[in-house]
Amino acid sequence: MQLIKPDINLDFVGKRKLAAIFSVALILIGLASLVIKGGPNYGIDFEGGSLVQVQFGRDTDAGEIKTALEGLNLGSFVVQHFGDEPNEFLIRIQDTGSGKTMAQSITANLEATYGEGQVDVRRVEMVGPQVGKDLRQKGLLAILYAMIGILAYVTWRFEFRFAIGAIVALVHDVLITLGVFSLFGKEIDLPIIAAFLAIIGYSLNDTIIVYDRIRENFGKHQKTGFLTVVNRSINETLSRTVLTSGTTLLVVLSLFIFGGGVIHNFAFALLVGIMIGTYSSIFVASPVLIFWEDYRSGKKKLAKEGGAA
Amino acid sequence: MSGNFKIRAFIVLGCLVLALAALGPTLLGNSTPDWWQKAFDPIHLGLDLQGGMHLVLGVDVDKAVESRLDTIADQAEELLREKDIIFKRVDREAGERLVVTVYDEEAGRQVDALITEMFPDLEPLTLVTDGAYILKNFRLSDREIAAVEEYAVRQALETLRNRVDQFGVSEPVLQRQADNRILIQLPGVKDPERAIDLLGKTALLEFKMVVEDANPQEALKGNLPPGAQVLYERNIDPRTGAVTENPIVVESKTVLTGDLLADANVRISNQFNEPYVSIDFNAVGAKRFDQITAANVGNRMAIVLDDTVYSAPVIRERISGGSAQISGSFTEQEATDLAIVLRAGSLPAPVNILENRTVGPSLGQDSINKGIYSVLIGGVLVILAMLAYYRLSGLVANTVLILNLVFIMAMLSIFKATLTLPGIAGIVLTVGMAVDANVLIFERIREELRIGRTAKAALDAGYSKAFLTIIDANVTTLIAALVLFQFGTGPVKGFAVTLTVGILASLFTAIFVSRLIFDFFLRRGQVNRLSI
Repeated sequence: MQLIKPDINLDFVGKRKLAAIFSVALILIGLASLVIKGGPNYGIDFEGGSLVQVQFGRDTDAGEIKTALEGLNLGSFVVQHFGDEPNEFLIRIQDTGSGKTMAQSITANLEATYGEGQVDVRRVEMVGPQVGKDLRQKGLLAILYAMIGILAYVTWRFEFRFAIGAIVALVHDVLITLGVFSLFGKEIDLPIIAAFLAIIGYSLNDTIIVYDRIRENFGKHQKTGFLTVVNRSINETLSRTVLTSGTTLLVVLSLFIFGGGVIHNFAFALLVGIMIGTYSSIFVASPVLIFWEDYRSGKKKLAKEGGAA
Repeated sequence: MSGNFKIRAFIVLGCLVLALAALGPTLLGNSTPDWWQKAFDPIHLGLDLQGGMHLVLGVDVDKAVESRLDTIADQAEELLREKDIIFKRVDREAGERLVVTVYDEEAGRQVDALITEMFPDLEPLTLVTDGAYILKNFRLSDREIAAVEEYAVRQALETLRNRVDQFGVSEPVLQRQADNRILIQLPGVKDPERAIDLLGKTALLEFKMVVEDANPQEALKGNLPPGAQVLYERNIDPRTGAVTENPIVVESKTVLTGDLLADANVRISNQFNEPYVSIDFNAVGAKRFDQITAANVGNRMAIVLDDTVYSAPVIRERISGGSAQISGSFTEQEATDLAIVLRAGSLPAPVNILENRTVGPSLGQDSINKGIYSVLIGGVLVILAMLAYYRLSGLVANTVLILNLVFIMAMLSIFKATLTLPGIAGIVLTVGMAVDANVLIFERIREELRIGRTAKAALDAGYSKAFLTIIDANVTTLIAALVLFQFGTGPVKGFAVTLTVGILASLFTAIFVSRLIFDFFLRRGQVNRLSI
């Protein structure tokens, strides 16, 4: 079976300006959402706070739970559905006080409304503000270190300009995924950082494979223009790109649908990231090489003219 | 070539046998023989899958430094008195300072001499005069502060370990972390509230004399007699269970502390049929207790635990046996826990719970089921896609994919890694990415076939050309995974582990094993067509 004809020759590179506009628009929309909502929507891992996951003996709704907890003086708290279970909820509380008494009093109050034995506290999480700050810092550093390591490796194995392209694509992917998270109002917590790093790894995987082909074709067809070589390389690896992204999307989709509420957001991040990562390896990473080349030759020309004058 | 083939086949079969052996205890459970279970652990599940408690406690080292200074202040006061040096007072002040207030410079010089001789850890600061008095300032040296903090954390770890041991959890983890933090993991803990109670308690047991002639209500308004403090006495109404707290004025000075205890046990009183904790002092403690009770017959002595007065009995007679009892209307559980913390020793400084993640066993089991379910569904979809796309070659890719899963699980077991929910996600992700290597190879082979190569030549070229690409592409993911491993804790680390293991396993299976399978079929007959 073949999805992509071997002699396919789509003009990807010719659409690079259009792609650039599309990418910039996506990033701007994401950033705008981030600004409007006052920064990323951090989960308790990064902001501090408490989380109690409760399963009830019968279906209920957030309003009823809120009413049941009214007398508790919890400060500001949010009740939301866990996954798509009609009888399971997350209660997120800003306060980090003493995790022990809080979980106990919440259970007691809920049992008063729902009846004894009808309330099962399945998970309690409490992260102090200091730990949250530390984790946030560590998470950012982890992404930064991963990028530096990758930059070094790609520079070593390829050339610096390839590394630039790869990093631009990575920043692009992470920014857009972050924006999508903000648009959908999803929380960013510790596993999401792991998902971001997986996206970085995956997107790079894709990019490197195209780059590898560009390098190979560059050696083979030195007379052909840079643009043509890049476009040809993208087309030659297209079949692989589509198939691998397809299979990876299949499994991530299965994780997203069947994996359960605890990793729902994690799978969502991977889902978005892999789609964006595939797009960026075709429409961002390779065109950046061309933009970089144009910029360089433009500078050289300028320097030459300057020297002649 | 055929000798080479045999060696490769041997390596792959060896790995497979080892992998299956390692997975035995995981898959077959307790029905595997003992020697087998001893050789290979079943795969270790993270707290998010098996349920349990993950705590990070912060040791309040500042408090440890303060109490060290308090001790020094007490000792200094005593020495000054012994040497007949006239002084007004000795205070601990903010900034790790000790201030001795004297009346004249002569006394100041004597204080300097004494402190330099007896307390080398105190560094003199500039002298300040305050009206008629001279304030001699000393500061605890940085080296000593560091030492006190270090000791406090190490001692806290030791004490917490004692408490956890008595609490009875299988395979607890206690680790010291940076910033004076202690990580505690209690897998499968049944009663998380009790665990927090038990671990978080400083359990500083102090005996203080009650100031009888002071009025607690006046004292609360700020009219405290010098050297006294207000604490609250806890009373529980045995019938209603309501807790009331009454202020009580005690001397700030602690006459005896719990570190002189030899043992603590729960007893039931005959009189009220109520549990109480009986404590026995060691030799030094017994002697001190004897002296104190002898000197204070008729007065009340407050038994203070973590700044709460549990009881304040009147000393009726001198007690020389070295044992006492703490009663205070406990439930049996409270009394048991109190005995545990007293036996395990007090924490050198209070601890705060900085992070608490508790997962109930039912949620863990749910996560396992859903995780396995999604791996299976995702895996089947990928297998079907590969079969449809590459036909018989797809079958080869699928065989290696399943091998890949077996190897990942086996490596987790062999390296005693922990499988977490994000870890399962990592496996799902590697399933998707593992076929990538084969896709790269197969696409290359198709390209080579298209330009008219024979099956054998196309296979050789496909593998050798795709090899470097595959390595480059996977090393970068590996870099991301390793960074994650360094940074991550708990579940996230589990993701890094399976991702790393998955990449390594997929490199091995996709490049090495799949080639072997092709070679096996191509070896004998002249195969002219590849089903790809």
